[in-house]
Amino acid sequence: MTLALVGLLGGLGAAARFWADGWVRARWTTRLPWSTIGINVLGSLVIGVLAGLLAGGAIPTNVYTVAATGFCGGFTTFSTATVETVRLAQQGAYERAAVNAFGTLVLTVVAATLGYALGTAIGS
Amino acid sequence: MSRHPHAMPALVALVAVGGACGSIARYGVSHALPAQDGLPVGTLVENVVGAFLLGFLLEALLRAGTEDDRRRALRLGLGTGFLGGFTTYSALALEIHGLWGDGRIGLALAYGLGSVVLGTAAATGGILLGARRSRRVPDPHDAGPER
Repeated sequence: MTLALVGLLGGLGAAARFWADGWVRARWTTRLPWSTIGINVLGSLVIGVLAGLLAGGAIPTNVYTVAATGFCGGFTTFSTATVETVRLAQQGAYERAAVNAFGTLVLTVVAATLGYALGTAIGS
Repeated sequence: MSRHPHAMPALVALVAVGGACGSIARYGVSHALPAQDGLPVGTLVENVVGAFLLGFLLEALLRAGTEDDRRRALRLGLGTGFLGGFTTYSALALEIHGLWGDGRIGLALAYGLGSVVLGTAAATGGILLGARRSRRVPDPHDAGPER
């Protein structure tokens, strides 16, 4: 049951990512892939909140697994972010490639940390 | 003027099906490869393998020529959907947060930086392999700075 729901929510997460990315790209052309960065930061914030809620006992483990592993996992993507980094480097934009790679890492960890603090505050 | 792909229900559904399969595969790999001494091996493997495969897929499709319906379905279903859903940034970020919170700063840094470096190397390898096995092989720089 959990596996099926992870698949369902993972599919919804991927569809939401596709839609959000397309929505942003249809409106703005940016020098950094901000839509992927934003998606990964937002998904990391949400998984942090979920982990905080789980730690505080506000949600059961199976709800956490489905929402975190399913939705957040399907919504965020490491592969696209990484290929976008390589594409920037291929264009000779090495600084932007490095900013994309390490900036995304730092921002997502900060987002997960803030989300966790928020989740424990809500859940307690 | 054609509609944007993200506004086409059939393509959104294709990404969703791919994402569902990728997420289930990720769930399975994470269970098969539990953390080793705190290092989240499952997520690391998923992300590095997924980055390699996406680099390969996108480059091979790019070099196959103008994108037709079949190639677009492959790119969106397998790439955006399956590999996008198979890999994850949220778990990576949360695991780094967890290691950091446990005082395992060195492992948190090694895991985070290692994921980015290995992932980038894997995506580069995938792109090079995707370019090499393609029959029509233009200079990789021909794709130009505008792509």
